[in-house]
Amino acid sequence: MKKVFAILMSFLLALTMVACSSETPTETTTPTPTDTTEPTETTETVEPIDASKVITYDEYVAAELDTEVVVETYVQATQSWWEDQITIYSQDKDGGAYFIYNAACTEEDAAKLVPGTKILEQGYKSEWAGEVEIIDGRFEILEDDTYVAEAVDVTEELGTDTLIEKQNQKVSFTGLTVEPSIDAEGNEVAYLYNYDGSGTREDNNDLYFNVSYNGETYTFVVESYLCNNESDVYKAVEALNVGDVIDCEGFLYWYDGVNPHITSVTVK
Amino acid sequence: MKKILVVVLLLFTLVGCHGSQAIDSFVVPDSFDENEEYEITFWAKNDTNKTQVAIYEKAIEDFEKIYPNIHINLRLYTDYGRIYNDVITNIQTGTTPNICITYPDHIATYLTGEDVVVPLEELMKDEKYGLGGTELKFDGVSEEEIIPKFVEEGKINGITYALPFMRSTEACYINKTYVEKLGFEIPEVLTWDFIWEVSRAAMQQDENGNYIVNGQNIMIPFIYKSTDNMMIQMLYQLEEPYASENGEIYLFNDTTRELLLELAGYVEEDLFSTFKISSYPANFLNAGQCIFAIDSTAGATWMGTDAPLLDISEDKLVEFETVVKEIPQFDEDSYTMISQGPSLCIFNKEDKGEVLASWLFMQYLLTNEVQIAYSETEGYVPVTSRAQKSEEYQSYLNLAGSDDDEHYQIKIDASKILLDHVDDTFVTPVFNGSASLRDAAGQLIENVTKSVRRRETVDDAYIDELFDDVSSLYHLDQVGSNEGTKEDLGPLPIESIVLIVALAVVWVFIIIYLLKVRYKKIKVSQ
Repeated sequence: MKKVFAILMSFLLALTMVACSSETPTETTTPTPTDTTEPTETTETVEPIDASKVITYDEYVAAELDTEVVVETYVQATQSWWEDQITIYSQDKDGGAYFIYNAACTEEDAAKLVPGTKILEQGYKSEWAGEVEIIDGRFEILEDDTYVAEAVDVTEELGTDTLIEKQNQKVSFTGLTVEPSIDAEGNEVAYLYNYDGSGTREDNNDLYFNVSYNGETYTFVVESYLCNNESDVYKAVEALNVGDVIDCEGFLYWYDGVNPHITSVTVK
Repeated sequence: MKKILVVVLLLFTLVGCHGSQAIDSFVVPDSFDENEEYEITFWAKNDTNKTQVAIYEKAIEDFEKIYPNIHINLRLYTDYGRIYNDVITNIQTGTTPNICITYPDHIATYLTGEDVVVPLEELMKDEKYGLGGTELKFDGVSEEEIIPKFVEEGKINGITYALPFMRSTEACYINKTYVEKLGFEIPEVLTWDFIWEVSRAAMQQDENGNYIVNGQNIMIPFIYKSTDNMMIQMLYQLEEPYASENGEIYLFNDTTRELLLELAGYVEEDLFSTFKISSYPANFLNAGQCIFAIDSTAGATWMGTDAPLLDISEDKLVEFETVVKEIPQFDEDSYTMISQGPSLCIFNKEDKGEVLASWLFMQYLLTNEVQIAYSETEGYVPVTSRAQKSEEYQSYLNLAGSDDDEHYQIKIDASKILLDHVDDTFVTPVFNGSASLRDAAGQLIENVTKSVRRRETVDDAYIDELFDDVSSLYHLDQVGSNEGTKEDLGPLPIESIVLIVALAVVWVFIIIYLLKVRYKKIKVSQ
């Protein structure tokens, strides 16, 4: 009887210890919050995007703001995936470029959006601070074709009214001079973390730097969700000095004026 | 020997269920060990403002001189939502910061974990290290010196989990030049009707399609930055229910419906837009493309022709006279406005000395040196009467308009709005789900505005569907009335039931065994 009892006790002891192990999913002290600041889409059956509604880039330009649009386009770059959404820089073979802001996207699909991927995008044409974009959209990946755009040199169009026609395109600039920015201590520096120097590299803040061409100064940005603090371009901008002459590549983003998202910088 | 074995086994059985990751509830240590080195992580929010960053850094530097054994590591955010998401992630990995700036709404969610956030009552009242405590090495504020209404805002279910750091409210920044050009005078109490009336007048265009009031082809008369605040304040002004203290949700009511349908009409006339749809109200205001811009008083330094901070190019800036007023009201005889702004909370740690070190720094953030300096960076208000009544702060207020930088008129006028209306402010109930409810309130306005712009029909049927969609999107249908902050976890899992039964069986065997031994002893002695 004593032996049986001892065995039973040992068994129950083992059971107790195992049951209370920190790896047991039913026993946890960590929260499982139901509250989120971002909504979660319900899993409903999604209708396929109607490919017969595809419009050309010219038709897109002509379309009024807040109208629904369907376009075929090719991914050129993406910002980091975040809470089932992704922001896409895209362009078609005729040069028409679309900035697709926060399209619905699973993490699995996000991994497939490598440069060149063809997508069918449906959303609403919108404008935010001068940037024309497609919002509230979704996409389907098309596997019949790929295309990676060549950057178009728009240096001579800086400061002209025609530049906006190339909004969102993959572009390049040559022979720009790095101009000083003013940091948090009032010093002249070649770049800032955040627009006013309030950020840090550790916090992966955007990098802002000024460049001039033909006597006019423009603000360029390394958008950290596109190129983070481990990227070559982020490090290249951190190595800039005032007066450096540089070539750049990026996407012709707009924020109350031209504000390119830069993806590469080469010091001449 | 057998008895010892039984007792040992029994003890193991009893302690076996103590969760290995749980941190003991915080108890204030008797003393603070100044020979121990403490690394404290502070997640702070700034308004993308380098002066605010410099103030945090100086506060840390000064504090570390007073307590050389405490080292504060500052991590900067410019968005409350990011802090919230990161805290949630780090709760799950047991790597929360020591202190963070947050909203009480967010703390309610943090509290779904046990002993994650430190309740502050014991710390506040501690004789040695509490507010105004005898062992503090700096002149800390007393409990009475923190504005009571702001302290109340950090209570969840009657327990203080947060102390206020700064307070602000919303304000309406007005292009007075255009209002008068349109033949109106800004009234003493701004009303919603006045806003819509002036906005409608501003939509007159010339034969070229330019708006007569500004001569430009862009005019959005009224832009609201935070549409969640817009809906919430409208409901509170109308004394309509929004949510109960217990987490019952009333947002989806007939008044909300009427407000949305009315708003749809104004959007149809192109009188109104939002930050999410168009961009920063300040940029439109400063470009002469907006007449009424509602934003936080903590955004005042961006508002107006002479604003110290500008986000548009000089060539787009328009000359006009700016006036800042309380947000529009439905009732001209009373004011109702929201109280908002950053609060501070402390996360629990194994090392109670570390928690105490965090608390010391948290108190330091309430001293005049930090409070006055930070409040002057924007239209914030210090949260202590000591700072508010100080000669330094009063002098700052009196110098309003003497320059367009530190003493920028609009910024100080915005601060005065809150100083004059502390008793007219309210906060929404805090519960697990309240942050989502707030987002949902804004989403209703955003969706209606977008839908009208997209020429969709906005009628009762639309609103019915909208209520359902938004409720579902933010899981509000799963947020039930809850007295506490804990969720109903549902029935016990099978494994737990088996365990409980097994433990009961062990106890029965133990008792039988002990009775049997005792019986044998009695029998032997007889």
